[in-house]
Amino acid sequence: MKGTGAQILWESLVREGVDTVFGFPGGAVLPIYDALLEYPIHHVLVRHEQGATHMADGYARASGRVGVALATSGPGATNMVTGIATAMMDSSPIVCITGQVSSPFIGYDAFQETDVTGITLPITKHNYLVTDVKDLGRVIREAFYIARTGRPGPVLIDIAKDAQQASMEWEPDVSPIQLPGYRPPQEPLSADLELALNLIHAARRPVILAGHGVLVSGGVNQLREFAEKTRTPVAVTLLGIGALPASHPLYLGMMGMHGEAWVNYAIQEADLLLAFGMRFDDRVTGNLQDFAPEARKIQIDIDPSEINKNVSVDLALIGDLAETLDQILPHVEACDHGEWNEHIDEMKSESSQRDIQNMPDYGRLYAPHVVHDLWKYTHGESLVVTDVGQNQMWTAQYYKHEKPYHLITSGGLGTMGFALPAAIGAKFARPEAQVWAVAGDGGFQMTQAELSTAAQEGIKVNVAILNNGYLGMVRQWQEFFYDRRYSSTPLHSPDFLKIAEAHGLTGLRVTRRDEVESAIRQAEETEGTVVVEFRVEAEESVYPMVPTGAALDAMIRRPLPSHLTIE
Amino acid sequence: MKHTLVALVEDKPGVLNRVASLFRRRAFNIESLTVGHTHTPGISRMTIVIDSTQTNAERVTANLYKLINVIQVDDLAEMPSVSRDLAIIKVSANVANRGELIQLVDVFRARIVDVGSESLIVEITGVEEKIDGFVDVLRPFGIIEMVRTGIVAMARGSDPYPNLPSNGNGSVAVKELATLVDLV
Repeated sequence: MKGTGAQILWESLVREGVDTVFGFPGGAVLPIYDALLEYPIHHVLVRHEQGATHMADGYARASGRVGVALATSGPGATNMVTGIATAMMDSSPIVCITGQVSSPFIGYDAFQETDVTGITLPITKHNYLVTDVKDLGRVIREAFYIARTGRPGPVLIDIAKDAQQASMEWEPDVSPIQLPGYRPPQEPLSADLELALNLIHAARRPVILAGHGVLVSGGVNQLREFAEKTRTPVAVTLLGIGALPASHPLYLGMMGMHGEAWVNYAIQEADLLLAFGMRFDDRVTGNLQDFAPEARKIQIDIDPSEINKNVSVDLALIGDLAETLDQILPHVEACDHGEWNEHIDEMKSESSQRDIQNMPDYGRLYAPHVVHDLWKYTHGESLVVTDVGQNQMWTAQYYKHEKPYHLITSGGLGTMGFALPAAIGAKFARPEAQVWAVAGDGGFQMTQAELSTAAQEGIKVNVAILNNGYLGMVRQWQEFFYDRRYSSTPLHSPDFLKIAEAHGLTGLRVTRRDEVESAIRQAEETEGTVVVEFRVEAEESVYPMVPTGAALDAMIRRPLPSHLTIE
Repeated sequence: MKHTLVALVEDKPGVLNRVASLFRRRAFNIESLTVGHTHTPGISRMTIVIDSTQTNAERVTANLYKLINVIQVDDLAEMPSVSRDLAIIKVSANVANRGELIQLVDVFRARIVDVGSESLIVEITGVEEKIDGFVDVLRPFGIIEMVRTGIVAMARGSDPYPNLPSNGNGSVAVKELATLVDLV
């Protein structure tokens, strides 16, 4: 068939199974937008290109399919940078398509020209500049293949305007993709498997550290089988939440800086750590010198560059986590670890005294109580998308996920403003899901404009704003480490109800705990996007907290109830 | 300790930039980097020398493999190899000391490639240490200008790809099997 570059692009996207594209038009993508009208792809008009990338990211994480974002050259492309970096840090498969000035003008500082492949080089898994229409079909196939295979990640395709306009005779390529330098790991060596089994069978105090890789590899069942067979407790990273149901007897909870105390203690006392698809982020390990000093460490990861990066391991198995566990499982002998699990349960019951959920609220509205109630009244089954900061940590702690793929959050990059656009993207991927975005007053305002996108699309997400009048997590650090000198953290917000109403959406406000349930129910029953503002206690902090540079078990714990009484 | 890595890369625009960007971003220190053609069209060869006391060679290798355009990386420290550096040196020379210079050039098996009224240009090829030594003896004469290519290197033996990873994007060192079994 004969087609222009723009037509080849859309035809190729259709062939990749793309049904939704998040984008914003401009001069350098006019041919692409003109051709769009002929193709069965839904285009979501965003209000800022950062929103497009987060939506593509949310779409990808909610569905496991590649999310697609589209923007023009120059500022359109640079606005995507934050979203691309977010996807890179969290291994999210997105393809970003940007227009570029016509190839004769590249390098001459043309209007809205920017070197976007240069800018995004360190924050993409791979990127392309296409100046010849003949390369376009191949590049798009490669981009999707690279984005979704191995360790997933963002791929950017920058397409010069003249390549979009040029016509050629074109047949879709179905031959195998030729990428001699791209060989995602296949399966681990059998000698190493044997060694792993020896270590597993010799362990007395093992802990599994389950990361994002469990979910990305589809290894949830394998993880559960492994844990149950070996009676090994499972700690999760922020992005590993959902890898095992929160109600499972072997589920410990989140580890790390704001991990539960018993989880961090268990890791520090362990004699074997099984790192399943996790990368020992500094927010997870605390001080590296003091991290799990008694433990042998086995790491299973698909990315060889993650091995011995932060934590030196005794054994590394390179490969897809689910496939690797499939190979290990038939040879694993049943273990008991009764004493070890009892010991952890004791630590758990000690910690529960310090849990705010077991403390009275004195008639005040505490953000952790709001998240707890959100979990309770949504039966722990909502698809929850968080922003970054205290709201994110409280959601990780108190929204006890029973199902995998029901939490979407910016872990590695910690991108404020992520929640609303990512929630919109997730809703497009899973229209049947009840989606809740949980954000603080600060982060919500960063990408608040996307409410307009939700309104225009008529799409329903529920937004919970935990409004404490501060940039809460920064305030908390200032409280703990800067002598309560609240430099630039107090925050004035607009009237969020009026913001919702101005968009033709529903706004609700909650100031007391007894209003929480009805607001949640009303939000879920109301058609269209609903914004619920929770006016929560201003100076509430996330506990426990491992200060930066401290050992994992050197946590700041929540003061006991007597300290909570009203002055 | 110096590590010499040889990387075969696709000969495409921007590949050198990707490699350089990786080294900058990960704060890997490089002593030298050279790029040139191979006998296979479409494939270039980079020789990268790193100081492995500052930069872990395994980390560099694993990260190089993450670049889609990098086909293969070999650490020549793990195998017998030949390495060469080439220098072109312009040195002050007059009628009085020219004879002495020519003698030194002979001793080092270097070559004079240009003679001016007050200078000579000398070309020398060899291992890095030999060139370092030659430069040291030329210094008292007055070096006007010098250029060195940086190391190019090749593994000995007939197998062109001694380390081609059949299992994944690179090989990762794990502790020796025997020691771990002892620990269990």
